[in-house]
Amino acid sequence: MRRRQFVDIFLGASLMGTFASLLYPVVRYILPRKQVEAVVKRISAAKAGELAPNSYKIFKFGSAPGILINTKEGELAAFSAVCTHLACTVLYESDTETIFCPCHNGRFDLSGNVISGPPPAPIESYKVEILGEEIIVSKKA
Amino acid sequence: MKKFIKNASSYLDSRFKLSALLDFARKKKVPEHEYSFWYYFGGICLFLFIIQVITGILLLLYYSPSVETAYESVHFIMSQVKFGWLIRSVHSWSANILIGVIFIHMFSTFLLKAYRSPRELTWVSGFFLLLIFLAFGFSGYLLPWNTLSFFATRVGTDIAGTVPLIGKAVKAFILGGPEISDATLPRFFWLHVAILPLFTVVILGIHLVLVQTLGMSSPLGIEKAKLREFPFFPNFILKDFLGWMLIFVLIGILCVFFPWGVGQKADLFASAPVGIKPEWYFTFMFTTLKLIPSHVFLIKGEVLAILGFIVGAFLWMLVPFLDKNAAREKKSPFFTWAGLVILLYIIVVTVLTYLLPKI
Repeated sequence: MRRRQFVDIFLGASLMGTFASLLYPVVRYILPRKQVEAVVKRISAAKAGELAPNSYKIFKFGSAPGILINTKEGELAAFSAVCTHLACTVLYESDTETIFCPCHNGRFDLSGNVISGPPPAPIESYKVEILGEEIIVSKKA
Repeated sequence: MKKFIKNASSYLDSRFKLSALLDFARKKKVPEHEYSFWYYFGGICLFLFIIQVITGILLLLYYSPSVETAYESVHFIMSQVKFGWLIRSVHSWSANILIGVIFIHMFSTFLLKAYRSPRELTWVSGFFLLLIFLAFGFSGYLLPWNTLSFFATRVGTDIAGTVPLIGKAVKAFILGGPEISDATLPRFFWLHVAILPLFTVVILGIHLVLVQTLGMSSPLGIEKAKLREFPFFPNFILKDFLGWMLIFVLIGILCVFFPWGVGQKADLFASAPVGIKPEWYFTFMFTTLKLIPSHVFLIKGEVLAILGFIVGAFLWMLVPFLDKNAAREKKSPFFTWAGLVILLYIIVVTVLTYLLPKI
């Protein structure tokens, strides 16, 4: 290797190294830091008797919304409220007794299965139990 | 006074060479033909961008980019600050009109085949400006932190998240985490007032330099020798100015009679409101995502639609290099029809979104 060639490579590599060492902290600064969140598997979603028949409530389940429904027959059902299509928050339509996503008109039955619209998968259903005064919603094993 | 002005202009001219610039503008000619009208939309885009910059700087004085205070600060601007409603309404209305005018400018450029050699890079830089201004619209929409903007952001970023391989990383970068959180709003604000303006200045600079150095394109099939021309300065500039004033009056009327609303404060744990839709310029994509089945040939419908939009946009950017006939100054009906079909699709689906919200 000639001396000139060596100097070119050495200076080029040094320049690239300097540039990378300047860029690295900027990139790490811009990228969001990883958030450690406690995994919530069980939560008190409402008070017993809080929901009238054929109504619903959105509750906070960890960092995502969940939906608790009291059906016309008075049965409780809970699901993830995040639509499987593009993550909008669903609602319960009392006249059709279905779960509806207003963003792209996705519709689910009260088992969480897709009835119509673009959602590619059912919404996750949760276990519901009443413990004393509380309606407890938990993730199914 | 006259002497002072003469001396001052002579002083400045000897230092900044202003007369050379004026000479260039006087010597520059604009082709005159039955489609010359469409030339003015580029200038209107520039004018609306200037309005965006001025009103945006004014809004910075009172806007507070945090989840706790953003909605309240916008409410304060609209209800308490003198003429705050006007400044914000001008910002919002002119932003919407700007996107509309960019679309008009782009399709008129496309149909007149003004992208052909040597103006390929003018087209490509214009394409990037369209993307930047759509990003301006998307990031600015969240800043008031209301229900509509919250869900539009959730859907929009989830669309980014469905892009294979890089989607999740892109979504996390935009949102400042895996989901919309307290970190999202400052990030959108940062994009809206710092990063996107920086890109705009660079790419708009390139676009304008190319437009000025290459001049306006004349339509296909018109021989250069037979083409009539008129001076850029003052004739074209004065007509351009007239267009700017008309748009300015339109914005004034819209702001007075339809001031921009504030909406309801975003609640991260509430259902999306019925009838929700994004800003009008995203509705053709929004409704396409509604109409596409959940699966098409085992591929998720939404992924297919989004990949289709990405590939379509990429091909749109490459049109000057694909349209070989136009490059040889020959007619290219395939590209004309393709452009018309795309334009028709955008118009029909956008109108249907408003006329038939339940589709």
